[in-house]
Amino acid sequence: MKKLIFIIPFITIALSACAQQTESSVKAEDPKTLSYTTEVVVSDIPIAWGLEFLPDGSMLITEKAGALIHFKDGVKTNITGAPEVYNRGQGGFLDIKLHPDYANNGWIYMTYASSEGEGTGGNTALMRAKLSGTSLTNQEVLYKAGPNTTRGQHFGSRIVFDNDGYLYFSAGERGDHFVNPQDLTKDNGKIYRLYDDGRIPEDNPFVNTPNAKKAIWSYGHRNPQGMIKHPITGEIWAHEHGPQGGDEINIVKKGKNYGWPVISYGINYDNTILTELTAKEGMEQPLFYWVPSIAPSGFAMVTSDKYPDWKGNLLVGSLKFGYVERLVLENNKVIKREKLFEGVGRVRNVVQAPDGFIYLGVEGKGIVKVIPN
Amino acid sequence: MKLFSIICLGFVSITCNTIYSQNKDLDESIKRGKDIYQDFCITCHMGNGEGLAGAFPPLAKSDFLMNNRAKSIHAIKYGLQGEVVVNGKKYNSVMASQGLTDDEVADVMNYITNSWGNKNEKIVTVKEVSEVKK
Repeated sequence: MKKLIFIIPFITIALSACAQQTESSVKAEDPKTLSYTTEVVVSDIPIAWGLEFLPDGSMLITEKAGALIHFKDGVKTNITGAPEVYNRGQGGFLDIKLHPDYANNGWIYMTYASSEGEGTGGNTALMRAKLSGTSLTNQEVLYKAGPNTTRGQHFGSRIVFDNDGYLYFSAGERGDHFVNPQDLTKDNGKIYRLYDDGRIPEDNPFVNTPNAKKAIWSYGHRNPQGMIKHPITGEIWAHEHGPQGGDEINIVKKGKNYGWPVISYGINYDNTILTELTAKEGMEQPLFYWVPSIAPSGFAMVTSDKYPDWKGNLLVGSLKFGYVERLVLENNKVIKREKLFEGVGRVRNVVQAPDGFIYLGVEGKGIVKVIPN
Repeated sequence: MKLFSIICLGFVSITCNTIYSQNKDLDESIKRGKDIYQDFCITCHMGNGEGLAGAFPPLAKSDFLMNNRAKSIHAIKYGLQGEVVVNGKKYNSVMASQGLTDDEVADVMNYITNSWGNKNEKIVTVKEVSEVKK
């Protein structure tokens, strides 16, 4: 009996921590049949963070520590003139994206952690440049979030263009969740919208808000590392890491507040409660949330004919469990989740290439292609 | 006799001071190390150093950590890839180098080797970390 009394507080603590967390409504299953397998196509890249395809089918790969790699005809070439990156914690060389009209203007966009500007440490930056031979030229820094900090967390970052040519990119809250995400006068915990040359669009939601960062499109984000343009509706969809539990998929809309850290389906890493609230007026609910967390990075919606049974599905990389998650949607609700290629490694990136094939960035490996069995 | 007592007392106080200042250095390093841990390590190794079965090895009561001091410093400093066996279980993943400075590596080593049931009284120094080469 005495022993039992000792146990009671622990049970209470355990229950109160669990009580906060409502597991995802749909559980991830193992696939019953899988008609595809993976093949390493570019090897020996420690962390292939971003991936983009040039019109000739060759690849541009950002490696987290700072290298920009051009992979063509089986040969890796390091491109000079890439931005100097602040490689610490989750920061380093991040995403890469071609301008929708690359064929005519040659612009390449990159996000990375940079130590330029105010304060020691680093913060997320956006640069554009042109590729000339094996060098980047015409470098222009279009945005630099500030101030810098030496904290290791949450730089974001993905880049997307919408159908009207606006550029969106994400910057995580840099580990300062009580300071940044809900404050429009501060960078971080935001998704930004810019013209392709870095100017701020006149119809951005906070252009008339005093002291606000005018580039902000949406706020209350934690750390979005997956972002796509929905291939049919043209909407911007993003997913983001929660703390322990509470990763989310959101449809990113003008001026909306996605709630972090006021509302969350997650808890702190030490199992303490971060917030009692999972919903609040004026804050958006996610399209889907993950409890437990999968640590999502990389995002694609399958449209290609190479994977007929996956058409219209979302693919999300899991850093935590080392698989690709396939999410089946019906009327913007997740109705099925499947674990693909379990054991492939920490999946950093998922891209549907112009050739229709799905490519993965896998940590410790490089670029991995998804091919029919 | 009086002189002897004074000398004895002197020795005792010097010894105490040395032990005290060592402990103080270690305590302060552990304190700084906790912040580093929460910044850079906790997302995978978790709040109580328990790791995640099959993916991220535990640090709490970890034989790998407590028996491989230099190797552990090396892993934090330069990253770790490939198979490791921790408490009899195999792990095969990638830990990237976090870009920590030598003093931060020393601090976080002192924290993780003195937390969650781990005990290491021999302080990891910046010099010791700087001598671990790639």
